[in-house]
Amino acid sequence: MIWETVIGLEIHVQLATASKIFSASSTAFGATPNTQASAVDLAMPGTLPVLNEQALRYAIMFGLAIDADINRRSIFDRKNYFYPDSPKGYQTTQMDEPIVGAGSIDIALSNDRQKTIRIHHAHLEEDAGKSVHEGLGGHNSNCSGIDLNRAGTPLIEIVSEPDMCSAEEAIAFAKKIHAIVTALGISDGEMSQGSMRFDVNVSVRPRGQDELGTRTETKNLNSFKFMEEAIALEVERQIDILEDGGSIKQETRLYNGDSKLSRSMRSKEEANDYRYFPCPDLLPVVVEQSYIDAIAADLPELPDARQARFIDSYGLSPYDAGILSGDRSMASYFEAATALCEDPKLTANWLIGEVSARLNAVDSALNSIDEAPVSAQQLAGLITRITDNSISGKIAKQVFDAMWQGEGSADDIIAAKGLKQVSDTGALGSMVDEVIAANPTQVENYRNADADKRKKMTGFFVGQIMKASKGQANPGLVNTLLMEKLAD
Amino acid sequence: MHSKSLTELQRGLATGEFSSRELTQHYLDRIQHLDSHYNSFITVTAEQAIAQAVAADQRLQQGPQQALCGIPIAHKDIFCTEDVKTSCGSRMLDNFIPPYNATVVEKFNSAGAVTLGKTNMDEFAMGSSNESSFYGAVKNPWNTDCVPGGSSGGSAAAVAAQLAPATTGTDTGGSIRQPAALCGITGLKPTYGRVSRYGMIAFASSLDQGGPMTRSAEDAALMLNVMAGFDPRDSTSLDRSVPDYSATLGDSIEGLKIGLPKEFFGEGLDPKIAQIVADAVAELESQGATVKDISLPNTELAVPCYYIIAPSEASANLSRFDGVRYGYRCEDPLDLFDMYTRTRQEGFGEEVKRRILVGSYALSAGFYDAYYKKAQQIRRLIKNDFVAAFEQVDVILGPTVPNPAFALGEKNNDPVAMYLEDIYTISTNLAGLPGISVPAGFAAGKPAGLQLIGNYFSEQKLLNIAHRFQQGTDWHLQRPPLPGHSITEFGA
Repeated sequence: MIWETVIGLEIHVQLATASKIFSASSTAFGATPNTQASAVDLAMPGTLPVLNEQALRYAIMFGLAIDADINRRSIFDRKNYFYPDSPKGYQTTQMDEPIVGAGSIDIALSNDRQKTIRIHHAHLEEDAGKSVHEGLGGHNSNCSGIDLNRAGTPLIEIVSEPDMCSAEEAIAFAKKIHAIVTALGISDGEMSQGSMRFDVNVSVRPRGQDELGTRTETKNLNSFKFMEEAIALEVERQIDILEDGGSIKQETRLYNGDSKLSRSMRSKEEANDYRYFPCPDLLPVVVEQSYIDAIAADLPELPDARQARFIDSYGLSPYDAGILSGDRSMASYFEAATALCEDPKLTANWLIGEVSARLNAVDSALNSIDEAPVSAQQLAGLITRITDNSISGKIAKQVFDAMWQGEGSADDIIAAKGLKQVSDTGALGSMVDEVIAANPTQVENYRNADADKRKKMTGFFVGQIMKASKGQANPGLVNTLLMEKLAD
Repeated sequence: MHSKSLTELQRGLATGEFSSRELTQHYLDRIQHLDSHYNSFITVTAEQAIAQAVAADQRLQQGPQQALCGIPIAHKDIFCTEDVKTSCGSRMLDNFIPPYNATVVEKFNSAGAVTLGKTNMDEFAMGSSNESSFYGAVKNPWNTDCVPGGSSGGSAAAVAAQLAPATTGTDTGGSIRQPAALCGITGLKPTYGRVSRYGMIAFASSLDQGGPMTRSAEDAALMLNVMAGFDPRDSTSLDRSVPDYSATLGDSIEGLKIGLPKEFFGEGLDPKIAQIVADAVAELESQGATVKDISLPNTELAVPCYYIIAPSEASANLSRFDGVRYGYRCEDPLDLFDMYTRTRQEGFGEEVKRRILVGSYALSAGFYDAYYKKAQQIRRLIKNDFVAAFEQVDVILGPTVPNPAFALGEKNNDPVAMYLEDIYTISTNLAGLPGISVPAGFAAGKPAGLQLIGNYFSEQKLLNIAHRFQQGTDWHLQRPPLPGHSITEFGA
């Protein structure tokens, strides 16, 4: 049987507001536990929530970016459940009347395919705190700790329609959302800090069947990689069960990225009854159309528009433009460097090649290009030296390595290491003479060969000269001189 | 000193007739000597009160101060007080010392008022008799075999017994007005959103409202002048200017149109109280008011509607009491589930548990539409009844409570009978309207209250009418017998 996969995503995005959604506490990541938890965050008796307008504004920005209906009236609800990291015993969220209604985004797939993924809605809610199960030490070693620094951090939960049919599509969708929220500046998009987390709903059905299969939800995946692995695993698990004649249980599952295994967390029967009802401490949120219009007028450039501009203005390929426009920091870096060195294509190659390789290296501690040790100005300086023939592409990589190690600008490094390309005809001429003198057999063979063979044999002599010059010989000049002298 | 009104106390302090310290000490002594008869205080903050009084005396020496500067008051133990235990009448919070003040407390503090302590109340404000308090029942100063009403029973009894010149209370379904009526004092529940709820421990967030409990409307106006106002920390408080409630007390009520809802005078109303209300109407008519019969047709739905909405909200509001961060935690929990269940089993009393169960049930999947949603629709109908009524009349008048104070223990095993205590008060909470109860006579030797319900933000008018009524009557000046003396010694 041929199986078809159906995937829907729920994406939690932490909003980059300075303070929490319902209190004045800081949202900064990594502080000492419970130092960013006020009486409101601790759900002390009598405390009350007050909506952070910036969170509302950010949610509206997202809605506008995905062409969604912005609901002029939205309601906060209480979702009731007991857990130690949920201090009030309920989460304040939006259920029936979310701020952002239906919208859609386009995703780019392999082989130049495009697909539109519908978004059911996006709502505002508060993040929970964290349970700390290890490292408490002392007499607390058999206890769990609660850190409420994260409790109350604003989130938008983006709920897609089940419009994706492969891990590739799901990843493309997730990455597009990442690109949009970072382009808008409404989230830092730091996956390693939990700024974006995914719940994946997966079901399979025989190809051609209209009815959806029973789905499972794998919760709280915090990287594209884990999401891809979890989807592959879940699709395989479901197909195995169905092909063995079994049936899928509707359940919530957890994926362990270390063991590469998933397990059932709770079945449909064990699911909580969250007893949603409108939060009486928060009035309905009513926004004027003029408020929405003002936000729309100030919306920054979105990834799709930026990609189109990169293709038009810089002559980049759609692929290169797609990569560079998808990450706001990368796009700004690209534009800053290009403005200085005036070679967009070469800048794109360096960013997508050498720079990205280092950023994405397994041992890289860098979260974004903003933290890279080579600035846009420095990279532009290097590219300028390539385009003005001061150094070859090969030497440039050596210079780049040194720049990454913090050894200074391209010019400083070229000067300090004496890497400047040798373009002096006299010096190069004697090098060519020496190589010809040292390889009489090869010279003899060359001179006896026809034009085609001669072309192939040139490489040997060039290689010898480059070796003698430690790579610094100007390859164009070497070729010209070699042709002259071998023709004798 | 303890027979003086707030205005008289203010004058005495300003003229140096007595100091705040003397006044405060006088009240602390009264509490110490007399409160064993009433149990109206959970906590007495003698040391802090003296310190506040000394500070107030210094301020008073520098010249005229805000009206309540140096005057001792007491707060219902539902208002959080920094560094002072705030129990909400529950074992759950018996060890809870807030690191912050409720906005209402902050306002009184900055006005220079002195806090004598925290008054007893039904647990989490759930009750109409003050018998559900973890700290024991409060006794009615008019008859210590009777309840003072609830949930602000401690605040009402303290004022009636002259253990405090004024107190704060909260009213979710009648919790200021009903005990005010039963104890023969004046109690005002302001418009929802008029007084900040920040730091006032929530029972039912969409209904709760703090207000003053005093001997007279004049005193209530002085208290409300301090309490009322927008609070950016409470999203449901209204950003609307606060008038001087004292300024219009003496205005004439000539031409005032009073509505008498027929639903407030039907079956179940003690005929003596009906007569007391009729006499009160006659008094207001003699001052130029006119009377009109009106109808609030959905009144009979108010109690059932309230007992869906209030417990539903409470079921979520009380989830935070889980033994994790503060308050009671059971001994030696086996695991998380055990900690939650035993903490809540042991920390909450019966009535609180009953309401959490009712509320959780009403919000459950499959029942939500039939209960919570339906109740919200009814709430709208009840509100519309009032909106229509206020197109015809300026104020609605009726009894506060159908019967005078009942005996301690009498309704303990009959929650529904207890819930019907609030039959005339609950609908104003559902509609968010202001209401005031003023003493209007005695039935079987026990005080009876007259209730006035006004349109939104008509506290000024309610206080004005109540004050005019008190100018023509002396019910608010009657004092209960000394403790240990029978009610019959007082010529009611």
